Amino acid sequence: MAFPLLTVTAAVPAVGAIATAAVPAGRRTAAKWLALGFSLATLVLAAVDVARFTPGGARYQLTESHAWIRDFGVRYELGVDGIAVVLVLLAAVLVPFVMLAGWHDADVLDGHTPNRNWRPTQGFFALILLVEAMVVISFESTDVFLFYIFFEAMLIPMYFLIGGFGDRAGPKSEDEQARQRSYAAVKFLLYNLVGGLIMLAAVIGLYVVTAHQLGGHGTFSLPQILQARASGQLHLSTAAERWIFLGFFFAFAVKAPLWPLHTWLPNAMGESTAPVAVLLTAVVDKVGTFAMLRYCLQLFPEASKWATPVILVLSVVGIIYGALLAVGQRDIKRLIAYASISHFGFIILGIFAMTSQGQSGATLYMVNHGISTAALLLVAGFLITRRGSRLIADFGGVQKVAPLLAGTFMVGGLATLSLPGLAPFVSEFLVLVGTFSRYPVAGVIATLGIVLAALYVLVLYQRTMTGPVKAGIEGMKDLKVRELVVAAPLIALLLFLGFYPKPVTDLINPAVKDTLSDVHRTDPAPQINASFNAAAKETAK
Amino acid sequence: MDHLIGALIGAPLLGAGILLVGGRRLDRVGHWIGCLLAAVSFGIGAALFADMLGKPTDQRTLTSHLYSWVPVGGFRADVAFQLDQLSMTFVLLITGVGTLIHIYSIGYMAHDENRRRFFGYLNLFLAAMLLLVLADNYLLLYVGWEGVGLASYLLIGFWQHKPSAATAAKKAFIVNRVGDMGLSIAIMVLFTTYGTFSFGPVFAHATGASQAKLTVIGLLLLLGACGKSAQVPLQSWLGDAMEGPTPVSALIHAATMVTAGVYLVTRSGAIFNAAPTAQLAVCVVGAVTLMFGAIVGCAKDDIKKALAGSTMSQIGYMMLAAGLGPIGYVFAIMHLVTHGFFKAGLFLGAGSVMHGMNDEVDMRKYGGLRRYMPITYVTFGLGYLAIIGFPGLSGYWSKDKIIEAAFAKGGTEGWILGGVALLGAGITAYYMTRVMVLTFFGEERWEPAPDPDKTPGVEPGIEVHPGELPHPHESPRSMTIPMVILAFGSVFAGGLFSINSAFLKWLEPVTGHSEGHSPVSTWEVTAATLVVLVVGGALAWAQYGRRPVPVTAPRGSLVTRAARRDLLQDDFNHIVLVRGGEHLTRSLVYLDHSLVDGAVNGTAASVGGLSARLRQVQNGYVRSYAVSMLGGTAVLVAATLLMRAV
Repeated sequence: MAFPLLTVTAAVPAVGAIATAAVPAGRRTAAKWLALGFSLATLVLAAVDVARFTPGGARYQLTESHAWIRDFGVRYELGVDGIAVVLVLLAAVLVPFVMLAGWHDADVLDGHTPNRNWRPTQGFFALILLVEAMVVISFESTDVFLFYIFFEAMLIPMYFLIGGFGDRAGPKSEDEQARQRSYAAVKFLLYNLVGGLIMLAAVIGLYVVTAHQLGGHGTFSLPQILQARASGQLHLSTAAERWIFLGFFFAFAVKAPLWPLHTWLPNAMGESTAPVAVLLTAVVDKVGTFAMLRYCLQLFPEASKWATPVILVLSVVGIIYGALLAVGQRDIKRLIAYASISHFGFIILGIFAMTSQGQSGATLYMVNHGISTAALLLVAGFLITRRGSRLIADFGGVQKVAPLLAGTFMVGGLATLSLPGLAPFVSEFLVLVGTFSRYPVAGVIATLGIVLAALYVLVLYQRTMTGPVKAGIEGMKDLKVRELVVAAPLIALLLFLGFYPKPVTDLINPAVKDTLSDVHRTDPAPQINASFNAAAKETAK
Repeated sequence: MDHLIGALIGAPLLGAGILLVGGRRLDRVGHWIGCLLAAVSFGIGAALFADMLGKPTDQRTLTSHLYSWVPVGGFRADVAFQLDQLSMTFVLLITGVGTLIHIYSIGYMAHDENRRRFFGYLNLFLAAMLLLVLADNYLLLYVGWEGVGLASYLLIGFWQHKPSAATAAKKAFIVNRVGDMGLSIAIMVLFTTYGTFSFGPVFAHATGASQAKLTVIGLLLLLGACGKSAQVPLQSWLGDAMEGPTPVSALIHAATMVTAGVYLVTRSGAIFNAAPTAQLAVCVVGAVTLMFGAIVGCAKDDIKKALAGSTMSQIGYMMLAAGLGPIGYVFAIMHLVTHGFFKAGLFLGAGSVMHGMNDEVDMRKYGGLRRYMPITYVTFGLGYLAIIGFPGLSGYWSKDKIIEAAFAKGGTEGWILGGVALLGAGITAYYMTRVMVLTFFGEERWEPAPDPDKTPGVEPGIEVHPGELPHPHESPRSMTIPMVILAFGSVFAGGLFSINSAFLKWLEPVTGHSEGHSPVSTWEVTAATLVVLVVGGALAWAQYGRRPVPVTAPRGSLVTRAARRDLLQDDFNHIVLVRGGEHLTRSLVYLDHSLVDGAVNGTAASVGGLSARLRQVQNGYVRSYAVSMLGGTAVLVAATLLMRAV
């Protein structure tokens, strides 16, 4: 038996979570370093996954497959395609930064200061590792039921992270803040639970259909279902396919989130600490868009095409709506949350444009949005912690007293507005061009988003960083070494992937090609093939 | 030689990297690093130029393919460069004027504690601008295009603690983004039409597309050009951009970046030539902006803003010429180069005046400065003669050709465009004479310097002595030498270019050229231009030279007042876009909370209440964790049971 690399990649953070939780009370620092160590080990493993992955090889690689619940055909099946392996790496890259940025976030809670019996720090770091483990296995799973379990289960640690560790920088009293925090956490849980329950019904429906048609041997295995359908053994009726598709899509649209199911995100991101908000939006939410690409399109190609017009409209509305609301926000973190809603609109638009540029762009967008949001929001977190407020109006002139902080914030902001030269530009342009080539109107409206993005980012920068130094800002310290260790590598990544995204696109492209052939779509051909001559010349060389 | 193209961009990019990442320890040498790398880039450019001159005309294009940038399906964007005569012209202008302005900035920014950062941004600008003119495809051009926008944003807002500077920077970026949207959609249309957006294949197959497609592409490119080149209707940012340090106004907002739109139209000549409707739109935009900028330039008392109006107007001339097609491309670029010399020189002169005048920008508080700043006076004066098109000087050669070409367009259009261009020449003479007279002649209307703490509009780069009358003095050598060199360019460049039609022959292989049939002869155009020039200049002299100038501006006619406010275009923007937008976002924020969220609010609120009650059970989180954990497990168990039931 081959070495179960994927299992180990997911198991290491899970073991890390248990180990961190078991660190004796009061030993906060030990718990932090232990957790960071495990997250770095996961990063190494994720890098090994990528190194062992052969782009253009078998569709699912590094596979593992074991029977689990035989009665229901549930299997423990893992395998990654180019999209999954990239997203595993993204999660593994971001978590250490999340930990470093949140190094002190669990050291003071609601006026309690650490004493000998202090345990929240252990809890905080253990929960982050637990989320990472569940996210990783969701990316790796090729069994629908296995995926579903972790897709749902990750809500639990996430709920505690949101509800238990606020940033205590809201404008209200501490009690009121605690109330808002628990409201946000419950809202997060409820929305996603409802989505999950509807998906559960669809998962069961899928099982029933497969059991019925495959002679009693129902299955949740994605490769098996695809194979059965290709060989004609399995045929979903149009109605069944559409209903089951809707069940799946609803859950993913809540998690992503797609307009108008987005309202939990600003609350959750606003109330949680910046690192937790990054974990949520840059890592956990990606499971939603990833699952659209993997499950909706592959399992239900016809239904996906049937729903495309509505989904495109919702995505475009989300892009513009999210951006407009970001412009109107007074709270830094809520502003970034609405910006993310706009960006999720781009990702979903790219997926359902069903062109290779759209889908490769959308996948790359997931990666780049993860990095750019981390850069912007983690630095915003440093800013908020210093001032003890997240209201934009409480800031002004930071650039004068803390130029490094202002500079890194600016780069994060420029990435968010997709400035060419930084990574998000490439993915956003691919999504736009991929959409435009099939749906020109949607493409043009979505392009308006780039003007609005400039508006909300630059207004945020202007109000917080420029102008005369405001009261409460005078003594603000510039970035510390730990904070620089967070910001600098993220910025370097943004620059690197802005100028040389090829290593990532090379991994993604073959997987997108497979997905597009699942839905029987090919890229629209240009009217005049001017590049044909050039390409022919190149091959001749 | 082709590997040197990368180095051309690489040198200033390296400088930007070193200066911005290097931090405070480079403060003492930062400006030298910046100047050195700008000069290196110019040196490489000159070497490439010499090499190019040594080759036969049809083999002058150099290409350099660095690497494959974004390959996805049929979408292939490469980092690849193309250096032909058109790009070479820009390279020499950008690096040449760029280096001079780097040197000037050593003196100008001497008192600024962030001088290193300033040079870092300047280097970044050079790199982005070179990328813009050297890219061999539209997507890479777009990187340079937004890159110069970023540099412009950073430099306009260089004195970020001034709210006006921060606002102006933001405005410039956002207005430019509207134009950039046009350019990015143009790239998308190019891709769906031709399957590529590389210059070579697109231009080779340009005429294969339908007329409608070509018109759409042309208009979208024009929208992009309007943003970057401050053409109506996207011109509103340029006047505010004068908040940036004066060397920035000279380099970016006069000589190079703002001419990028003219480059874009000229570069895309193959497309525009096949889309007459788009071409006409380019001409109209050029003609309207030409008048708009000139009228605004007449009314401004702020020397930099008057010059900014003039820049807008002169770029209007270039646009007009570029819209004329092969008759005009060469003269558009020639005017662009000569304008690069004299406008950069004028701005540097204005900076020198401000340097000596406690950073005063109001021309009504100047007067009689020719006695105190002789070098500035002479160089500025030569720039003045060049821009109004005084016979023999640079502007004369390029502008007259544009006026002639406009008439040659033929028909009513030709008469209108030619007439506007001719009238514009008269207004140019008027507002430039006004600037010249108010600044260097007449009485000394100086006033004590304001307190910089109370008036945030002051350029902090300059040492100001509050409460004292200015002691005008000539600027240091690092500032005057660049001014002198630019003055030489202002005087001789146009004439040199016109010997034997040298410039035309140089660019023709790239842009093509056709002689039009002008209804008016060359000497008639020259004579008419001279007449309007003299009339315009005389009017200004009569108004400002013969009579004492009031220090506070008179109320003025309705037109004057409108022109001072940029012909109310800004007020329109403010009321419709800014106010309207604020109302829109505010109502949306409200709706999102009450309507979209409200649907589930009831449920969530009741559960929120439940959770609050749970929290009250003593010792906060630990127990509520347990309860919620239990809840989660219950859901999973229920799910499994449900499974069994099916």
